[in-house]
Amino acid sequence: MELKDKLISSFLAFEEAFDVDSDIHEVRSNAIKEFESLGFPSKKEEDWKYTSLNTVLKHDYSVFPKKEDALEYRDIKKYLIHDIDTYKLVFIDGIYSSHLSETTHDKIDVCLMSSALSKSKYKPIIDAYFNKIVPKNGLNSLNTAFSKEGAFIHIHKNKLADKPIQIVNFSTGNESALMVQPRNLIVVDENSQAQIIERHQSLTDHPVFTNSVTEIFAGKRAIVDYYKIQNDRASASLIDNTFVEQQEESVCSMHTFSFGGKLTRNNLNFYQRGERCDSTMKGITIIEDKQHVDHNTLVHHIFPNCESHQDYKGIFDENSTGVFNGKVLVEKEAQKINAFQSNNNILLDDKATINSKPQLEIFADDVKCSHGCTIGQLDEESLFYLRARGIPLKEARALLMYAFANNVLESVRIPELKKRITSQIALKLGVSLGFDL
Amino acid sequence: MLKITNLHANIEDKEILKGINLEINPGEVHAIMGPNGSGKSTLSSVIAGKEEYEMTEGEIIFEGGDLTELDPEERSHKGIFLSFQYPVEIPGVSVTNFMKASLNAHRKANGQEDMPANEMLKMIREKSELLEMDRKFLSRSLNQGFSGGEKKRNEIFQMAMLNPKLAILDETDSGLDIDALKIVANGVNKLKSKDNAVLVITHYQRLLDYIVPDFVHVMLDGKIVKSGTKELAYELEERGYDWIKQEQL
Ligand SMILES: Nc1ncnc2c1ncn2[C@@H]1O[C@H](COP(=O)(O)OP(=O)(O)OP(=O)(O)O)[C@@H](O)[C@H]1O
Ligand SMILES: [Mg+2]
Repeated sequence: MELKDKLISSFLAFEEAFDVDSDIHEVRSNAIKEFESLGFPSKKEEDWKYTSLNTVLKHDYSVFPKKEDALEYRDIKKYLIHDIDTYKLVFIDGIYSSHLSETTHDKIDVCLMSSALSKSKYKPIIDAYFNKIVPKNGLNSLNTAFSKEGAFIHIHKNKLADKPIQIVNFSTGNESALMVQPRNLIVVDENSQAQIIERHQSLTDHPVFTNSVTEIFAGKRAIVDYYKIQNDRASASLIDNTFVEQQEESVCSMHTFSFGGKLTRNNLNFYQRGERCDSTMKGITIIEDKQHVDHNTLVHHIFPNCESHQDYKGIFDENSTGVFNGKVLVEKEAQKINAFQSNNNILLDDKATINSKPQLEIFADDVKCSHGCTIGQLDEESLFYLRARGIPLKEARALLMYAFANNVLESVRIPELKKRITSQIALKLGVSLGFDL
Repeated sequence: MLKITNLHANIEDKEILKGINLEINPGEVHAIMGPNGSGKSTLSSVIAGKEEYEMTEGEIIFEGGDLTELDPEERSHKGIFLSFQYPVEIPGVSVTNFMKASLNAHRKANGQEDMPANEMLKMIREKSELLEMDRKFLSRSLNQGFSGGEKKRNEIFQMAMLNPKLAILDETDSGLDIDALKIVANGVNKLKSKDNAVLVITHYQRLLDYIVPDFVHVMLDGKIVKSGTKELAYELEERGYDWIKQEQL
């Protein structure tokens, strides 16, 4: 049976098993109908021209994992930022693991989507925010239809999440092939702050297909820093759909580090719903083999005096492929906007490819917008300079690649995370540079 | 220490070096002067091992060993240092980190462990003071936005850190003001010993007042056409190159 049909026929059982009486029963039922008519995207769609899901969809995924698998902390420690205190929401094969997690309800709520969807005290938040900014398409509808578990984070007005929050999704390989659909909702109220780190990690080489949806709401003057670590096995594919809505003077940043996975697609939309918003989207992609990473971004400037900064760096080796499709939409009312976008790429191999397509649609007249896209190789003159100082070719190349990506790291505001990413980059590049990156 | 015999080198099938002979012994200072485009930087790049240049004839022997097959990094490990005419800007790598990578690569090549961090910092501080470099340069991206003179000073700082056997200074004086020139020359002189050697490439006799050469060579169209003592530099300063070109005819 095709995956689409399998999902549709599983829906009734899914709803019955969990909660037909749930408030969002109707939302889910509508969503499955939408998915039924829209299906998975195909390369015929403009936005999917360079990314084909064919090889991902061909597996016979089990869509409801049976039970929680007992993972021990020592098995997964290395996938966590463990040298600092954090809140943790750990999911194993899509199921919440209470013993690996650390939640809170003390002034802020760091807990589960399943409880937020079922407990009446969260109803106002769910009513106000759940599924409000998710564009209609096959993948989003599919996730909504099966939305049940994931992270629920609510930082109340004037509160600060006192430590970073990690959302980590493991797949164990207990199923021969697994599809999971995490659904996260993050609401950061007026004058509040949160730092969130998200990771998807497969523990075996069984195929895993993740289709996740995350909605993030930043209230007035809220500050949200969100980091995604995408460093998965070559058997794991991820479609990450993340939507951010910002109220006035809020500052939101998204850093995406894509170092591995079979196919990774990031659909990232920022909607500015007030003046003086600041949106940052940055990414470093370093891949090889036949890996594929696609960044599809949108910044929607609706109000005046806002800023957006996009800076995506990509290093592609062997047969890997990259896509950058960045859209900046500036409405007529959105005067005095600064919108910057840059996408720089290095191809290390003749066989590697990148498709970079910036799209600016500007209807206001008093704006500063710029975009730049470069595709190149490592600079020979720089390589010679480094080698003439005794740095061997491999290290010299790594140093230049690190230097190339470095400015994306500068804005990472969790020092331990920054350290971790830099050492992952060094590992990825297979070098020790004689200093800690 | 260095013996170059009948060196011919091409770039993109165009012959630039047309039979260079040069011998440098420990303790000596040599200067090469010559008009623009005569091949001075090409010679220094070929000695340092730049791969774009193709050696078609001749040999380069350094400390008794043939350099031809060695990578630039291996030549550096053997003690050859090139101060670039145009140092490359590398955004995203600080001077300090770059220096750590460079020095530790040298140590590794010699079978030594990485230099302990505090020792490294101490050495970096010492050598940067020798060149009277502002401390804040050390944390800046390598050469990025450095003025011409600052880049050159940074080159000699690196030389001081690596303490090479043979230092080739390609127009290190250009871009330096008088004070900086003295500081840089003083730095070079402090590093001078009976065991190492310096090859200075310059257009100006002025530098040679500070770094006094034992031999001055004139390069014309890919060949060393005349050699002499430091007096030759004065003569060139006064008379230019035409008379030598005439002599060649
Ligand atoms: N990459 C290259 N491609 C083509 N020609 C080159 C290249 N590099 C050098 N040349 C040529 O080789 C010749 C010698 O250049 P080189 O830089 O060695 O001269 P130079 O003596 O150092 O000059 P200057 O005093 O101006 O620094 C020049 O004619 C130059 O144009
Ligand atoms: Mg030159």
